Amino acid sequence: MDVPVIELTGIVKSFGPVDVLKGVDLKAFAGKVTALVGDNGAGKSTLVKGLAGVQPYDGGTVKYDGQEVHLHTPREASALGIEVVYQDLALAENLDIVQNMFLGREETRFGTMDEGTMERQASETLQGLSVRTVKSVRQKVSSLSGGQRQTVAIARSVLKNAKVVILDEPTAALGVAQTEQVLNLVRRLADSGVAVIIISHNLVDVFKVADYIAVLYLGTMVASVATADTNSDDVVGYITGSKTYEGKNV
Amino acid sequence: MTSTPATPPPTIGSGHEGSIREQFTAYFRGIRQGEMGALPAIGGFVVLLILFTFLSSSFLTPLNIANLLTQAATLMMLAMALVFVILLGEIDLSAGVTSGVSAALFVVLVHNYDVNWIAAILIALATGLAIGFFIGFFVARVGIPSFVVTLGLFLGFQGLQLIIIGTGGVYRVETPEVAAIMNKNLPILWGWIGLAIAIALAVLTALWDRARRARAGVANRPALLMWGRLALIAIAGALFVAMLSVDRAPSRGSLNGVPIAHNAIEGVPIVVPITVAILWAGTFILDRTRFGRHLYAVGGNPEAARRAGIKVASIRMIAFVTCSTLAVVAGIFDASRIGVVSAASGSQIVLSGVAAAVVGGVSLFGGRGRLTHAAIGALVIAVIANGLGLLGLPAGVNFLVTGGVLILAASFDAVSRKRAGGALAR
Repeated sequence: MDVPVIELTGIVKSFGPVDVLKGVDLKAFAGKVTALVGDNGAGKSTLVKGLAGVQPYDGGTVKYDGQEVHLHTPREASALGIEVVYQDLALAENLDIVQNMFLGREETRFGTMDEGTMERQASETLQGLSVRTVKSVRQKVSSLSGGQRQTVAIARSVLKNAKVVILDEPTAALGVAQTEQVLNLVRRLADSGVAVIIISHNLVDVFKVADYIAVLYLGTMVASVATADTNSDDVVGYITGSKTYEGKNV
Repeated sequence: MTSTPATPPPTIGSGHEGSIREQFTAYFRGIRQGEMGALPAIGGFVVLLILFTFLSSSFLTPLNIANLLTQAATLMMLAMALVFVILLGEIDLSAGVTSGVSAALFVVLVHNYDVNWIAAILIALATGLAIGFFIGFFVARVGIPSFVVTLGLFLGFQGLQLIIIGTGGVYRVETPEVAAIMNKNLPILWGWIGLAIAIALAVLTALWDRARRARAGVANRPALLMWGRLALIAIAGALFVAMLSVDRAPSRGSLNGVPIAHNAIEGVPIVVPITVAILWAGTFILDRTRFGRHLYAVGGNPEAARRAGIKVASIRMIAFVTCSTLAVVAGIFDASRIGVVSAASGSQIVLSGVAAAVVGGVSLFGGRGRLTHAAIGALVIAVIANGLGLLGLPAGVNFLVTGGVLILAASFDAVSRKRAGGALAR
């Protein structure tokens, strides 16, 4: 098998006396979607925040493309091409799509904004993801639907050639049709060669889009399987702790 | 790749494509969706102009228009200063007293300590800068709401001003250069040269924008639209300068059929080019620099801005510093127009400045509004005061009408947004 883009080994993190992550292993491969599932409090968010550099891990190793790296700040993570799309999206509603996609990393020429270049790159990125639901890249985000906003947030994350995109509950607040759109987008994102890690509570979505499923239970990775080799009942069992995975982890 | 799509994906537009007709359709669609900007204020301004022109014969005369401009200039400058903090969803209640304190400092330095007037103005501006830094520190670093910090300064600085001026003291502004800002006019030729420079700048930036977009390979709006817009600016500017280039001194009548000689009053008031230059520079910074973009982002969603790597605290600091520094300019304008600085100078004006910004379409919730909006809002408020004054109505009516217009403008904005965006109405 290929070298994983991200390989976490024995990750440990505690907040005071509470051990949130007790030696977690996780792999993410280029071009594949890895779903991270688990009940509330299992440690999903903590695991992701460490990867994003927001809350550094206490112990364990992080390998990026086979090389050991240290992620202490969001800047280090994004320099490696690790981008996180948060559940609450973090878009400025008063700005338009281009302005949001380039927020904090605007293209300038002679100290002033190069709007044309940004506009072209934004629409190229959206087209590269085969986005059809957005009419104009100069629409204000306040005028977009939830699914369109999610699309913009994801497009923002891949604008600068991201290698790893982490999606935190991307379909939590969406209706049926919009969920479908976003899942298709996630699939296309992976097909373009990005390693995608998706956190979700919705197992239907997970089985629809993921190549691998990693199950966290009280800070331990209890199962890490290819989607094709498992089924919904088993995964629910692993999540609730009523079943134990006997096979070999991916 | 698994498969190639049968048809190429549709190109995503940018709103710049299409014929002039389509551009207008899109513009009106935007208005219906609540993107009205300064339109209600401009509409209100025009209605007031027409109303007062019919009600008072002396309203639409060059003398009164020049008067109106100088009446509006202080408020305009203060409202523009406030835009920088209002865009962040913050407020600076001390902007008025900041203008008062620095004007007091200026006049005392010149009068009692024989400081050169340019040096005194620079010291006043530096004082404004320091005040802004002080407010910014408490808001952005310590984390006190700006309302509270600046309310404290509003109270405290009235005392500081009293100490600087001395109890009951009033100082005359005896610097001719400062008195000239509001009371003298540009030579007629300079008025036209200034207009030519302004139009040239507008044409150059418009062409520059088009060239940049063309180089990046994205659509440009029809060229005719650009030239039409520039022509409108040029015509309005020319009418304005022409009106102010006529001798507007009141006639002294005639003696034996010969007009009595009087000193001509003609030309654009000096305050106009200063205000326009600051308006232009501020708009340039807000629209075209990263700082401007980040200011809007912090105003719209500070958390999103923080996650995008924007230094939110620094943006807040700079906004307060800009606001207080421009408030000093308003203070100098006020001193120039009134001709005296007292212990009470500037203490009344700040809420009118906020009102002007809101009437012009700047959102108090932050993230929405432009400097031109504040300028237009200030004009509306000044026209009300000026027009009602000409009709001989008491000052009480002026306050009542101004307050009514403010509430009307705010409701107009709220209703149009509610109709367009439901939950996003704010």
